[in-house]
Amino acid sequence: MMIKNMSEYAASGEMPEVLFWVGCAGSFDQRAQKITRAFTQILDKVGIKFAILGKEEMCTGDPARRAGNEFLFQMMAYNNIHTLNGYGIKKVVTICPHCFNIFKNEYPALGGNYEVMHHTTFLQQLINDGRVKLKDGGAFKGKKITYHDSCYLGRGNNIYEAPREVLQAFDTELIEMKRCRSNGMCCGAGGAQMFKEEEAGATRINFDRAEQALETGATIIAANCPFCTTMLTDGVKNKEKEDTVKVMDIAEMVAMSM
Amino acid sequence: MHLVQQILFIILAAAAIYIFAKKVREMRRNILLGRDEDLNDNKGQRWKNMILLALGQKKMFKRPVPAILHLFVYAGFVIINAEILEIFLDGTLGMHRLFAPMLGGLYAFLIGFFEILAALVLIGCAIFLVRRNVLKVKRLNMKELNGWPREDANLILITEIILMALFLTMNTADQSLQKLGAEHYTPTCPFWITSNFTGMFAGLSAGTLVAIERSCWWLHIIGVFAFLNYLPYSKHFHILLAFPNAYYSKLMPQGEVKNMPEIQNEVLYMMEPDKAPPAPAEPAEHKNFGAKDVTDLSWKNLLDAYSCTECGRCTSVCPANLTGKKLSPRKIMMDTRDRLEEVGKNINANKEFKPDGKQLINDYITVEELRACTTCQACVEECPVMIDPLSIIMQLRRSLVMDDSNAPQEWNLMFGNIENNMAPWKFSPDDRDAWVNG
Repeated sequence: MMIKNMSEYAASGEMPEVLFWVGCAGSFDQRAQKITRAFTQILDKVGIKFAILGKEEMCTGDPARRAGNEFLFQMMAYNNIHTLNGYGIKKVVTICPHCFNIFKNEYPALGGNYEVMHHTTFLQQLINDGRVKLKDGGAFKGKKITYHDSCYLGRGNNIYEAPREVLQAFDTELIEMKRCRSNGMCCGAGGAQMFKEEEAGATRINFDRAEQALETGATIIAANCPFCTTMLTDGVKNKEKEDTVKVMDIAEMVAMSM
Repeated sequence: MHLVQQILFIILAAAAIYIFAKKVREMRRNILLGRDEDLNDNKGQRWKNMILLALGQKKMFKRPVPAILHLFVYAGFVIINAEILEIFLDGTLGMHRLFAPMLGGLYAFLIGFFEILAALVLIGCAIFLVRRNVLKVKRLNMKELNGWPREDANLILITEIILMALFLTMNTADQSLQKLGAEHYTPTCPFWITSNFTGMFAGLSAGTLVAIERSCWWLHIIGVFAFLNYLPYSKHFHILLAFPNAYYSKLMPQGEVKNMPEIQNEVLYMMEPDKAPPAPAEPAEHKNFGAKDVTDLSWKNLLDAYSCTECGRCTSVCPANLTGKKLSPRKIMMDTRDRLEEVGKNINANKEFKPDGKQLINDYITVEELRACTTCQACVEECPVMIDPLSIIMQLRRSLVMDDSNAPQEWNLMFGNIENNMAPWKFSPDDRDAWVNG
């Protein structure tokens, strides 16, 4: 598969249909890289002309802003918007709900106006349009799946149904956790917690959330965020269930079933 | 005799309203100590929020049992207060059941309806007392409620029970007097509830009954005036502030953090000096980045603090609190109100604020609490009256990091990585697309 950079498109005077914003986790984290590859495989198979920014992509500034470092956030935002506007980018898709939230809600005030989609919404549309066809009796047929709402896709932006619709296309049994949708519980990574030790407490947030997921009896915990994926995987390991229960991003599940 | 009662009533009413208005003005002044923020856009949506969330209590119904009980108490409180209008006019004009002759059969229907509501309020408050003190519902028995907040809650419930009991006893005595054909006691159709209880007063003389009826009437209205003046000192003030608070609530997506144009401009000035707006001729006095004290917060944050009724729905869904961290969004709101009240008292005593060496951060809210937040917005989503604890947490975090350079070591490393490697981890930016070959 050939993945082209935006600079290569620009050099040949072409525009891609969509810019795939990979995000820091998707770029560097080994677990999240698998999600990135899965998503690009889908785009490639479907024949969508997409680009990445490659080395020109930078952190959106989300963890800095939420930790309280507005100055650093504004620096990152300035640089990213400068790059994107320089290429005349109109449409962005990302596999990270934190990046999605920044693009959708926080860059517009700074002069960055793009049509942005989270990959689960993007996949749902591809399935609805018949561009992605899932194999009959695919890898997940009849399996029990539970879905973890990430805070910044769910409460943050009210996207609850698109990812569930993708899961329903697998012909699986979707079992909701007690805390789901607008009452979903955080995995513990948001607000820059991913980058520091948790404050002192009785237990870890991801341990609790993973336990809630395990209580459903599901063998697959579907996620939509690279940070949730990491946190929940650690939580499942803590319960020594990693051999029987897998935490997967929805993109990985789609890629496996095409 | 009537005239004395009339004069007494008018003095009492005037005093109650005067003292209440004075305290409300003081609260308004305190709220306006906050940073200016324009929240007058999109009026249609704002009215809709107020009607659905404050009047309609839409979010309460996520938890049906307390929602229904609360609806009884709320409807009772609001609707029975229509009866206060009659009590008020009766008291001022020295009349008795002024509206009875005008409304005829409708009057007995209205009073009957009020009586049913009064009984529901009574039952609702009794169950609430049981939930707090016997069943010990977790969110109503957390340590931030120790002391005054717990007493406040019980006092409100007990007062409401007493007021409703007085109202119902008064009507029962009235019905008995009507049966006796006592002077002044205008005959009405039987009231739905109390007409069945006149047996309670069987055999009492008209004089005793009048004494009972008048005592209840006076105690009830004195109780109402006292309660009115208790409200501003209590969590119960939410019955009024829920309305403006819902009206002025955040309309943008919950995930969005408010921009800081002053820092945006500073970055712009650094990157493209020619494009940045010109610096103001006179440098503004140094404002904190973010907030250290209540006066650095927006007036809406302060309105939030006065609107909080300490129900703890926010804390009961907070992932940090649920896993034993010190953060409790309810405590953030209670601390903000306590500090604001302290600042207000300081102003009352000194004409203007005299620095007292205290601030919201550290003296009320600790760094540990602020650092435990995952910004998951569960608290914001949960609040029935649209309080936004996350907004306060974010502003306090900004002050910690930007004014005091007070961040955990790991965050400082993360900041450094973002600045130097354009990613929160220490990877080379040249490897950002290395996954393509993996």
